[in-house]
Amino acid sequence: MSEQVYWEDVTEGMGLPPLVKHPTTRQLVQYAGASGDFYEIHYDQDFARSTGLDGVILHGALKNAFLGQLVTQWMGPQGSLKRLACQYRGMDFPGKPITGRGTVTGKHQRDGQFLVNCDIWLENSQGQKTTPGSATVALPSRSTLSGA
Amino acid sequence: MPTPTSFLTEAMRRQAVGRKGPAVTVAVEKGAIQAFARAIGDANPLFNDEAAARRSRHGGLVAPPTFLRSVGSTRPELPFEVPFTRLLDGGSDWEYFEPVRPGDRITSASQITDIAERTGRMGLMLFMTILITYRNQFDQMVATQTSTTIRY
Repeated sequence: MSEQVYWEDVTEGMGLPPLVKHPTTRQLVQYAGASGDFYEIHYDQDFARSTGLDGVILHGALKNAFLGQLVTQWMGPQGSLKRLACQYRGMDFPGKPITGRGTVTGKHQRDGQFLVNCDIWLENSQGQKTTPGSATVALPSRSTLSGA
Repeated sequence: MPTPTSFLTEAMRRQAVGRKGPAVTVAVEKGAIQAFARAIGDANPLFNDEAAARRSRHGGLVAPPTFLRSVGSTRPELPFEVPFTRLLDGGSDWEYFEPVRPGDRITSASQITDIAERTGRMGLMLFMTILITYRNQFDQMVATQTSTTIRY
């Protein structure tokens, strides 16, 4: 498990550690089973093509999950995810790696919580942001660590 | 298939907004959380490893953020026929309030909060915004999901 990040350690403009994913058709089937989303454009090539697509595409929800992973692995076990938003602007295909990235856009305290806002996104190997989004996490603070 | 240039009227919009889907309650199984984490390829011990998760501040396994996709929430039916056969997920905006744990009973309920049409790359498109609320067995709000569905 990665080291815990504290609110004081975070600065605006800081990057989140990237997350590289290698989705496969096998993963799309596995995700269909785990989520209950059996829409055929995610595992039936003929069906996908009949709707005008080039082939099966990743579930938007799976890309949402990758962004969740990007943020939760960064915030560490003591972090708490408050908000996770994304838009599906471009399609992603199995067999093509995609990379999750993020940047800290601000930090503030509210109701005793130490909050950090981030821009997050998935980009394809051409560097196109197919899935932009944002997230808010609460992090532990060093100020409440000892002698509290 | 020829697509119309306009479809949605103000009367239809008023008819659609506020429509609810039936509430559904599902018991969350530990194995389902672990299977979901495997499916998304997330090896975080908090979602996978009971012994490691027990030593965390959660005191046991918790679900990954988008696990709530798997609890069978329904979508409200539109009160009219639409001339579109294709469907795309536009995006989601989640707010989280409580962790989801094995043994929880999660009740999801959905409601149409907005509907609009726009002409895009693929012709006329219908954008429907749905709010899904997820509550646990203690009647705590666990999460809300605002989701956009595109019909075209």
